[in-house]
Amino acid sequence: MSENNSGNEHTSAAEFLKGLWDENPVFVMVLGMCPALAVSNTAINSMAMGLATTFVLVFSSILVSSMRNLIPNQVRLTAYIVIIATMVTVIDFLLAAIVPDIHKTLGAFIALIVVNCIILGRQEAFAAKNNVKLSALDGLGMGLGFTFALLCIGSIREILGSGTLFNVPLFSDKFEPWVIMILPPGGFFTLGFLLLFFNWYKQRRKVKKV
Amino acid sequence: MDNLIWIFVSALLINNFTLTYFLGICSFLGVTSKLVTALRLGLANIFVMVITAIWAWLLNTYVLTYAPYLRLISFIIVIASTVQLVEMVVKKLSPELYRALGIFLPLITTNCAILALALFATNKGYGLVEGIVYALGAGGGIALALVLMASIREETKLMDIPKVIEGTALSLIIAGILSMAFMGFAGMFSAS
Repeated sequence: MSENNSGNEHTSAAEFLKGLWDENPVFVMVLGMCPALAVSNTAINSMAMGLATTFVLVFSSILVSSMRNLIPNQVRLTAYIVIIATMVTVIDFLLAAIVPDIHKTLGAFIALIVVNCIILGRQEAFAAKNNVKLSALDGLGMGLGFTFALLCIGSIREILGSGTLFNVPLFSDKFEPWVIMILPPGGFFTLGFLLLFFNWYKQRRKVKKV
Repeated sequence: MDNLIWIFVSALLINNFTLTYFLGICSFLGVTSKLVTALRLGLANIFVMVITAIWAWLLNTYVLTYAPYLRLISFIIVIASTVQLVEMVVKKLSPELYRALGIFLPLITTNCAILALALFATNKGYGLVEGIVYALGAGGGIALALVLMASIREETKLMDIPKVIEGTALSLIIAGILSMAFMGFAGMFSAS
């Protein structure tokens, strides 16, 4: 019995950690690109978007996994979507009440969390087959991994594009901001070069192992 | 009339859904390795978008004034069932078209551009005709981006590309350059 327990401990830690790095939704699985690029022009926006997505992911995972034996197989996708849409409506109103400024800048992209493929993907691939505790951890790990990736992109774009980080100026007045980085093309370039860096790093590690 | 042309051109070029709002990036990166499939997906997109615009207007006018908090849920259900319905109708009426569209028709449900269209049209307060024109422009813009991307990617297959940059990284950088080119359209109307 104790062995079984320690096994569970191990898997729940693993389920949580895999989302942060090994199966990072943005950098490794390349999912959820549209929010990752659209709102990542500053670090604060990225963080708000990431945390909102994490909230939706964790609570829909909990709901889906607790109802996994009640939902008939034929209508499961519709049921998941309704659950996700409900959670997104909740976070939409929450943000509007707590941080109206950020809610305004994120605009329709909060509502678009519904169609973020990471969320539906995790429900289908994980929450529908596992118990509540593991699903919540999986959701939390994936959500934080997503937030981390968004924060990376957002920080790079904010530092280069406006010379600030979390609205704190980093350089002297002589710094000429790369305006392109906060415009849409900058999003594509930043993620493109980050993926390029990850590919290069993976290949180098492979070569070293051989 | 001027207003309608403006809505159309703005959605098609200046505020292109894919290249400036990053909507529909999944299909933009996923299915643009062949020109023919990209074109078909683009056309299917326009079709579903126009139907969604009509539905969004009907819902907004007759249902959601009483319960605005149901907007998101009702939109997503309507989109999912519309796609399902369109699939059945197309299958019955024209099996050829159905075969040509294949898997892409059901996949449109999860395309964020469709939901975004419904939400943006609501936020901007468009009426029925404006909404349909907006849908045509946005869908056309997505089709345009898909076709451009697919044409470029077909060319890159013939080139000698370093192994590190192959795949998504290369597609994203190409998309960045395309997006930069589309920014040039931004000045087109502001002068007049």
